[in-house]
Amino acid sequence: MKEIMLGNEAVARGAYEAGVKFVSSYPGTPSTEITETIAKYDEIACEWAPNEKVGAEAAIGASIRGARAMTCMKHVGMNVCADPLFTVSYSGVNGGLVFCVADDPGMHSSQNEQDSRNYARAAKVPMLEPSDSMECKKFTKYAFELSEKYDTPVIVRLHTRVSHSRSIVHLGDPTPITVKEYTKDPKKYVMMPANAIGKHVVVEDRTRKIINDCDDDLNVGMHKIEYRDTKLGIITAGAAYQYVRDAVPNASVLKLGMVWPLPKRTIKEFASRVDRLVIVEELDPFLETEIKAMGIKCEGKELFTLLGEYTARLIRKRLTDKPIPKSAFDVTELPLPPGRPPVLCAGCPHKGLFLALHRLGVNVMGDIGCYTLGALPPMQAVDAVICMGASVGMAHGVDKATDGEDSKNTVGVIGDSTFLHSGITNLMNAVYNQSKMTLIILDNSITGMTGHQQNPSTGYNIRLEAAPQVSLEMLCQSVGVLPEAIRVIDPVDTYEAQKVIKEELERDAVSVIIARRPCALIPTGRAVKGINVEVDYEKCMKCGACARIMCPALIMGKDKTPVIDTETCNNCGLCVNICKFDALKKGGEA
Amino acid sequence: MGNLEASIVLAGVGGQGTLIAGKLLGILALKLGLDVKVSEVHGMSQRGGSVITYVKIGEEVHSPIIEDGTADYILAFEQVESVRWASLLKDGGVMIINNQQIESLPVLMGQVEYPKNIAESMRKAASKETKIVDLDAFDIAMEIGTSKVVNIVMLGALSNYLGVDENIWKEAIEEAFAAKPKTIPGNIKAFEKGREAGA
Ligand code: SF4
Ligand code: SF4
Repeated sequence: MKEIMLGNEAVARGAYEAGVKFVSSYPGTPSTEITETIAKYDEIACEWAPNEKVGAEAAIGASIRGARAMTCMKHVGMNVCADPLFTVSYSGVNGGLVFCVADDPGMHSSQNEQDSRNYARAAKVPMLEPSDSMECKKFTKYAFELSEKYDTPVIVRLHTRVSHSRSIVHLGDPTPITVKEYTKDPKKYVMMPANAIGKHVVVEDRTRKIINDCDDDLNVGMHKIEYRDTKLGIITAGAAYQYVRDAVPNASVLKLGMVWPLPKRTIKEFASRVDRLVIVEELDPFLETEIKAMGIKCEGKELFTLLGEYTARLIRKRLTDKPIPKSAFDVTELPLPPGRPPVLCAGCPHKGLFLALHRLGVNVMGDIGCYTLGALPPMQAVDAVICMGASVGMAHGVDKATDGEDSKNTVGVIGDSTFLHSGITNLMNAVYNQSKMTLIILDNSITGMTGHQQNPSTGYNIRLEAAPQVSLEMLCQSVGVLPEAIRVIDPVDTYEAQKVIKEELERDAVSVIIARRPCALIPTGRAVKGINVEVDYEKCMKCGACARIMCPALIMGKDKTPVIDTETCNNCGLCVNICKFDALKKGGEA
Repeated sequence: MGNLEASIVLAGVGGQGTLIAGKLLGILALKLGLDVKVSEVHGMSQRGGSVITYVKIGEEVHSPIIEDGTADYILAFEQVESVRWASLLKDGGVMIINNQQIESLPVLMGQVEYPKNIAESMRKAASKETKIVDLDAFDIAMEIGTSKVVNIVMLGALSNYLGVDENIWKEAIEEAFAAKPKTIPGNIKAFEKGREAGA
């Protein structure tokens, strides 16, 4: 059977065919669909974890107990679960254990462009890199075998273009799920110095053995050598392989399946058979550095950039003198297309809050989520964004840098899912170390940016079954925030929000403001069809205030009065709150 | 089995159904026994941003990305998007434009003007061999009853140029919407209307 699948769906299929028993992940573009697809296989235990470290540790537990297990994440998620990764490399596995990580060269939806291959080398863990959906399935399935054969976790590395491209996959039959026997073995699993010292020796031997086995049999590393014209030889892997094949179809290619550790003899042999050796890899000169260290002459980053995604065009330009294809249009003759930036949705609950912050003119330590868009015009209400959970820590740092003074004009802003991911430990720290900071939790009852995944505060699990629900209020109280310093507001009421924020900024203790309203795109936050805001044109003073909230449903007409797009309006009432002249009225109200 | 080889760009605005259209072209290629890659950029698509999907069909497809001057067809689901991605079309390619206008926020806010007479400017700037087709896909879709079928109207228009049998297209539509069988008749109608309008 053949099917068209996203790379991510194919990874899930590979894990399913390998008989994976348990998958635990935190969502993150471009990796999210892997775990979402796994959830469709009823026989697999599958869950959203509050963060990547939790997901990895749960998978490790399942592996030790004898089940095949997997955890999936985006590249920055690997930073979060690096701690368990580096040590499970020592202990090894019982059931096959796979970490799947999706890099985002070009930063389509990420805050940095880090290259996860460095983790494979640093943690001494083999890493496979598929280049299309078929390989996604094949490599993932194989990763479990490899993991058990060499007693090591295995990383499967994807790129945005592999994760989010659909191509043909040949389906195979699933291996029935089995859970192996567990026998107590503290020397293997208890990583304290006495045991770990011995284990480090095992790890180094393991890497040498894998290299040797890959050199003896290319299939062990899923390597492929394609000899064509030997004037130009290219070593590449993953997505870049596809660009190379389009750009220089006649070149000889060594396509690496396993990008760590590297098959030394194979690379030497290939290098000796081509006149010119070029390494084509996106991001860091990872292969290049290793290959140069083997004493092999090659070219790499002197030809190609460290930045962004590659294309066949770029490779063609650097390696051939073929002319650039002619375009159909003389683009200088075309009008300049107006930009189409992403915006916060109609009825987005974050908008009102950012408006209030904008008016207050406070400094805002931001976080990762849809609300990062609050940094863009017209709100421009966010000062700094670093990583998941950092808003809370940064606001605390501002407090300490100014002996509490700047806590009067600084807030941290974080989403519900991000707060549970890694904000809560920061809040605990702020209370413990007697900060005066103010934190605003944007509780929209969902993980929005990655496409609406559930989390421990939403009351549903990954399969949308009812699940126990964390109370944010009680959680904050339990780490020591004073009950009176926990305030719940509706962000649409911007003036009330402004008032509450002001009060809490003045408080000489940690405060938490929960701005609660569900995301406009999930059922509980969605508008009732046919009910929307109405404009009273007699009252409208054409002041333009409502236009400045940049709601996609509120369009400014030619005469500077608003027109409501009834298809898109969510009837949230934010514009009603903004209009000082009562010209806007919420639908469904008398 | 067919011997189709085509690079198709689907350019639109988040929510216009370009992803589904891309998926459908994938199914079509599979039916023809061909290789195919469909590449999409996720993430900001729900938030009203400009979205693009690349579809490459052939005996053997490598890179999923379509580069400047190499697209055989561009389906622009919105007028301004046809301008934005125009440089991708190869000399002698076909550009199919939905005459719908979706004003982006900078336009709505009055910061920039929405360009006038886009189809006309496109024709002027195009090489002699290039073909430009424009149709009112949105109006056609609304006649059928829902703006959701704009994407299939556009595919109907494209079907005039790909040289694939109409019945194979219809089978692909049925397969793509198999999970929502109630929507199949509307989509088939949208396909037929689009095929008529884009001929
Ligand atoms: S805020 Fe009120 S008065 Fe001002 S333009 Fe909008 S509707 Fe008219
Ligand atoms: S038009 Fe007003 S009520 Fe409707 S979604 Fe926009 S802000 Fe909310």
